[in-house]
Amino acid sequence: MELLLQYIVAGITYGTIYAIVAIGFNIIYNTTGIINFAQGEFVMLGGMTAFTLKEYMPLPVAIICAVVITMIIGALIEIVFIRWLHKPSVLRMIIITIGLSILIRETALHIWGEGVTALPYFTGTSVTSVNLGGVFISPQVFWAVGISSIVVILLGIFFNFTLLGKQMRACSANREAARLCGISTQNMVTFSFMLSAAIGALGGCIVSPITYISYDSGSQLAIKGFTVAILGGLGNSTAAVAAAMILGILESFSIWALPAAYKDVVSIAIMLIILFVKPSGLFGNAAAARLKEY
Amino acid sequence: MRKKGEGVMKFAQILATVMFMVVVFVSPVLAAKDTVKIGALLAVTGPASFLGAPEARSLEMLVEGINKKGGLKGKQIELIIKDTGASTEKAVSFAKQLIEEEKVLAIIGPSTSGETMGIKKIAEEGKTILLSCAAAEAIVNPVGKYVFKTPQKDSDAVIKILEQIKKMKLSKIGILSSNSGFGNAGKGQIEKLAAERGITIVSNEVYDKAASDLTGEVTKVKASGAETIINWSIEPAQAIVIKNARQIGFTGPIFQSHGFGNIKYVEAAGAAAEGVMFPAGRLLVVDTLPKNHPQKTVLANYKKDYETKFKPDAASTFGGHAFDAMLILQKGIEKANSLDKEAVRTAIEGLQGIVGTAGIFNFSATDHNGLTIDAFEMLTVKNGKFVALDQPEAKKAAPKKK
Amino acid sequence: MSTKFMQISGFAAAIVAIQIFTQITDSSFHLTQLTMTAYYSLLVIGLCMLIGYAGQISLGHAGFFAIGGYISAFLTTHNLTSIKGKPLIALLSKFGLLVEGKDLYGGGLLAFQPWVACIIAVCTVLIVAYIIGGPVLKLKGHYLAMATLGFGIIVYRIVLGTAGLGAADGISGVPGFTILPGVTIGGSGSGKIMNYYVAWGILIVGITLLLNLISSRVGRALSAIHGAEDAAEAMGIPTANYKLKVFVLSAGFAAVAGVFLTHYNGSIGPSEASVMKSVRYVAIVAIGGMTSLWGAVFMSLILNYFSLRGSFGTYDDAVFGVILILIMLFAPDGLIRTQVLGDLKSFFKRSDSKEATL
Repeated sequence: MELLLQYIVAGITYGTIYAIVAIGFNIIYNTTGIINFAQGEFVMLGGMTAFTLKEYMPLPVAIICAVVITMIIGALIEIVFIRWLHKPSVLRMIIITIGLSILIRETALHIWGEGVTALPYFTGTSVTSVNLGGVFISPQVFWAVGISSIVVILLGIFFNFTLLGKQMRACSANREAARLCGISTQNMVTFSFMLSAAIGALGGCIVSPITYISYDSGSQLAIKGFTVAILGGLGNSTAAVAAAMILGILESFSIWALPAAYKDVVSIAIMLIILFVKPSGLFGNAAAARLKEY
Repeated sequence: MRKKGEGVMKFAQILATVMFMVVVFVSPVLAAKDTVKIGALLAVTGPASFLGAPEARSLEMLVEGINKKGGLKGKQIELIIKDTGASTEKAVSFAKQLIEEEKVLAIIGPSTSGETMGIKKIAEEGKTILLSCAAAEAIVNPVGKYVFKTPQKDSDAVIKILEQIKKMKLSKIGILSSNSGFGNAGKGQIEKLAAERGITIVSNEVYDKAASDLTGEVTKVKASGAETIINWSIEPAQAIVIKNARQIGFTGPIFQSHGFGNIKYVEAAGAAAEGVMFPAGRLLVVDTLPKNHPQKTVLANYKKDYETKFKPDAASTFGGHAFDAMLILQKGIEKANSLDKEAVRTAIEGLQGIVGTAGIFNFSATDHNGLTIDAFEMLTVKNGKFVALDQPEAKKAAPKKK
Repeated sequence: MSTKFMQISGFAAAIVAIQIFTQITDSSFHLTQLTMTAYYSLLVIGLCMLIGYAGQISLGHAGFFAIGGYISAFLTTHNLTSIKGKPLIALLSKFGLLVEGKDLYGGGLLAFQPWVACIIAVCTVLIVAYIIGGPVLKLKGHYLAMATLGFGIIVYRIVLGTAGLGAADGISGVPGFTILPGVTIGGSGSGKIMNYYVAWGILIVGITLLLNLISSRVGRALSAIHGAEDAAEAMGIPTANYKLKVFVLSAGFAAVAGVFLTHYNGSIGPSEASVMKSVRYVAIVAIGGMTSLWGAVFMSLILNYFSLRGSFGTYDDAVFGVILILIMLFAPDGLIRTQVLGDLKSFFKRSDSKEATL
């Protein structure tokens, strides 16, 4: 029983990491219809920048600065590479964001080198764990789950109750109509890139003590992020969180049945099956209609 | 729509091809200097960059030093480092290029076992000395006439660990290993050698080398009743293993492979790294080595030079493997007093007592690795630093080797 | 027909010219990389057919290449000596499907004949492509990209995680492949020129096949699908069927390339299955101009050749990334254009209509 719970905790840890990346995907997807293949790179940039900055300032400040810097990079990417394209095709956008992902990764390699970095644990050390009835949980897991939950709640409030959030949603529902209503759709797109870069970077900082970050962490995380985003149904962030938890726990239990080296095979095979059987995702319905457009 | 321009296109294509040929094929002919060409195939980028990058830096540093002192036999060394990105097909292409086109005296590397096995035959056919920086024993067993390797043997590392386990009177072990060539080789050796020593493997898990959390795996090992964990990997994941193991309350001793020899992993794992035991070359504990230890000077110099030049990067045993390779080549050339491939090869095969960073090399026609189990020292982590597990014994053993 | 014939013979003449040129300048070492390039180009033209003519992206073609290469490598190196007595093995042996040789340590090695291994490998890939092609090609846009990417990752994970396939080390010691008496695809130095001609010869066969296909009924149907799939469907073109056929065909090209290159190199590693490889192939097709077979061949020649020579140093991936972005931003129709003037005239019109459909 304790063992079972221990696995579930491990699964939630994986799940939180995936959820953060998936939320970032969804924000950009919703406003632009683009899947940003460079999303994982934002996570990496956040973790790496915070690690460098923490030499010069206290950890919380370093994290905030890292988030802001990544946000600016996100905005720059949108302005330089995406903003001025006139009705780009899906294929073209896929290739551009893949190119960006490669470019950011290689730049990071030449800036930070090949080594791994880890931020210190926010509370306690790497061996501290909380014993809950025989189940051991690292305090960083609480941080990760806590901060991610807050992010999800804040996003919910933002999209539903603020003007900017409503504008972004309008943009996602119907770009043309939104523009006719006087919403600057281009600015909304830039803003969605900033928001998702910020969330990615924050995620990078939170998981850095748990997983370590190196220049090539991005693509690994991105792949899991996609999987989760698709499982939940593209564009649906709440569903993505649920899907992330399901996938995390499934992965954690898959170790019993399969060599751990095939863990990724399991999760991606699940994604493929979902794509084939119910492309709108486990929880999707309206998204199914959107699928037709692409 | 396309038909119209086809004739033009064909012409343009031929024209472009001819221009391309002229540029590519003629340019290398123009540059020719009187130097000793030494090639290096290292995984500077890609999934094995933690090996290849320090190797490349070490090589550049050593070659620069040799060149400043007048080079080899009065000729400057021209070091050609090729980044394979740990891919076998590139290693194959570059190896052929280095041998046929650059006509190098020797090739240092590749960084990984898979690449080395891929080009072993090419080096043999091209009659070019290959000094591999990869660990697998198949590289030098069976012995290839031109193929040498500098890292210590996996089996020796395993024996060292298993003997320590016996000394501690433990009998049930759980193995964790990554799905890299390194992890796979180590796992095989443990499986083979544990039984002979009456040690039972109660759990045996392979994880992905890029894993970000291994709580599930260590939980499974803990549940199997393992008294101690041996983890065999070379990636950052090895730091995650110990961290997760401690977090879920595993209290037994944890052993790591000689791949743990990079202080960055200790820093990353923080408090969890305390007390982890692993076999490694003495580079990591050079500060605590007794003055009369034969390796002391070589190690201290390498560490000092590397860390001054590439600050803040710390010297790791991986870089040392490339350093050793170049050192052996240099000694071989000095001994042969020639720059002829055959003569140098024969000379290397006869080298004795060469003090490198990994240990003391004694080559022979049947041993192209030249290291024994003495090259390893059992190390542990204390207060975030590497120290020898058994300080007094190390002192005793050291003079004996002379 | 005649222009096609002219193009191909012009291309063949260029291939011969390059070889003669290297012979004269005593630089035949270039042929090694050029040979490898030819095999990669074979995959690229198949992919070009799929992306450019059928309008379907695949981010998993390195997977097909790797399945082909790995199966062939495994079958020709896996030692069956220990189970020699088994009736099945004895039967295979009797039909001459197995060959005896020596392993690394000089012991007996009983393994599959390369021809047999090659046929099994290519057939397996065709079957796999057929099976996954059905559901995958029903998807569009991002979903199609993700699904093919997912397939590629699964193949990569499997070859990386399976001990029998050498895990991270891959398989080495793959024997040469004698395709005809006296013609062996293998890396030993002596057969360099022969290998060069074999490789480019295979590529020319592939190009001829595809050019014929493009100008046939199938090709016209495909361009109709690319232009407007719904309209094509309404016209009575069985779109799903055509897309699947092209998908399987391009997978077959990848498999053949994988098999031959593996025998040529004598080894294969998991890097051949990596996502980065798939991305590179797509990049080459994109840079070559999506709907230009010759453009794809030409870009593949240049980029693979320089990459395999290590000309980009530690910036190998970065160079691909930069080229990819620049091309997609400024010349989404590719770099190699057939009629520059016509392009300039129709650039705006065409790019609009095309992008809307992709």
